[in-house]
Parts: sequence; C-alpha cells; structure tokens
Amino acid sequence: MALKSSNLKVGDVHSERIVEDLKRTQIVQYAGASGDYNPIHTDEIFATKVAGYPSVFAHGMLTMGMTGKMLTNYVGDGRLTKYGVRFTNQVWPGDDLEAKAIVEAIREEAGDNFVDLKIETTNQNGVVVLSGSATALIDP
Amino acid sequence: MAVEKFPIEAGHIMMFARAIGDANPIYYDENYAKTTELGGVIAPPTFVQSSAQYDPDYFLRPKIGQPWMGSGKEPTGIKPGQGSGGGSGRGLHAEQHYEYHKPMRPGEVLYATVKPGKKWEKEGKRSGKLVFSETIIEFRDEKGDLVVTACGVGVQTERAVDQG
Repeated sequence: MALKSSNLKVGDVHSERIVEDLKRTQIVQYAGASGDYNPIHTDEIFATKVAGYPSVFAHGMLTMGMTGKMLTNYVGDGRLTKYGVRFTNQVWPGDDLEAKAIVEAIREEAGDNFVDLKIETTNQNGVVVLSGSATALIDP
Repeated sequence: MAVEKFPIEAGHIMMFARAIGDANPIYYDENYAKTTELGGVIAPPTFVQSSAQYDPDYFLRPKIGQPWMGSGKEPTGIKPGQGSGGGSGRGLHAEQHYEYHKPMRPGEVLYATVKPGKKWEKEGKRSGKLVFSETIIEFRDEKGDLVVTACGVGVQTERAVDQG
C-alpha cells in the first residue's frame, strides 16, 4: 500500500526495529548474497589480529539494506525514487538497530506527488550508525 | 566495480532479501506479486550492490589460485611484500546514494557504465588521514533506459577506526 499525500504531514515518524541481536551468520549471509567477501566482515581472526578491530563488523550495505526494509514497508514497494545514506558508525554483532523515517516535505512536481524523508538508524546505545534521506512517489 | 552485465535473477533476489532480513513476498512470490500494482517480483532497493557477483575481477572476492587476505593457517593469507590480494582491511564504505528510474525485475539484464567521481582527503580524529573517492555507476536495461544510478563513496583510513 502506497502512502497518500492527503494522510501525511510534515513531522510524521515511522520507525521499525530492523534487527535484534545481529548475528555473525546474518553478516555471512549478506557477504554471500552481495558478493562482498571482505574478511573484515566475516573472519574474526583477520578482523582482530590483522585489521585491528575488536571483532568482525557488518557491511555498511547490510545496514542500508535493513533500513531499506523499513522504508519500503512505509512508502510501499517500487515507490522509492531516491535513497542515499552516510555510514556514521560501525555495526557490530549483537547490535539492536532501530530505523526511523521522518517526513520532511510533501510536494507536487509535474502532477506527481512526492514525500521527502529524513532517515536515521541508531543502535541500542542511541548511537547513529546511518543517516540519510529518501524520496518516494506517493498517491494524491 | 567494473561490472558490464548484471543479469537480474529470481534466486539471487530471494537470497539477497533473506540476507537483509526482509520477508516481503514481493521479492520472491510471483503469485502474490501479480496481485500488486507492480504486477511481478521486483528486487529490493539496494540490490544493485550485488552486481559485484558479475564483476570477474571484484577485489573483495577470493580468486582461484591467488593469495587471499583472509585467515587460514595464519591470520592472513598475504605474505609481506605479496601485494594486496583483496586490500588492506582499511577500505570502508562511507556513503551510498541511489536514484531509481524503473523497478528491477527478474529476467532483465542490466548494463553498467562506470563514471569516475570526485576524490578528496580529510584528517579524521578516529582513524588518521582519510582518502575518499566517489564512483558513479549507471545501470541501464536492454532498451538503454536508465534503471538505477548508484553513487558510492569509499574511504581508505590510515589505521583501524578508534572505538574509544
């Protein structure tokens, strides 16, 4: 179901818990599906002893993918026209993530209706791990 | 990423949706998808990232018979002076931006054109000197229509990001 312009107002918030207790196995699944086998994400020995990190950590694109699930649940399938993010902090195994979209603008352009959203994903400590924006085509 | 041709496959979309923890049937159930305004299965918004699978030289995939930086007998399979074999573990993804022009549907083949973007440097508090570089990839369908424009920003850090 797509969003309706007439039901939206600036400041509306949609949020979802996108992952709870992130498992290393899910990071491995993402490596396999995306083709990004950087061992920093899946190989604890490499990540700690060679790269110098406390453990493996998630691909930024896994966080962007999981945040995208919150977005498409909110705006509807196939409705996004833009989606862009910055990765502001790393995501670790065991993290719980909450993704949030805030309505920034509702506008009409050449007869079509759009919503502009601000996006933020935070971990269990309230640290922002991803921030960005998105635009979606909505119904009148 | 120097991928030329990206075939969109149903099984690959299903695996990708599972990996991002998205159970939405629009990504695998043709019967359900037919009842929606899209009329068929589509791929999730970040799916073009997996076009790396079709890049024969993708540097973050182990190559048959070549050294690989991941652990085996030793913490890394790269011997000193042996070159990168995947990189240093210092490359991170800083930003990713997509523009969507048409939905990605299984059975289609996308053709990618890579355009170099900007390059810049910054001094980071938590990881030393940061070197950023931008890559823009245009994915077009067989008719030549734009499907997705992807703009990625990668960063090389001087040292591991300080967790303090």
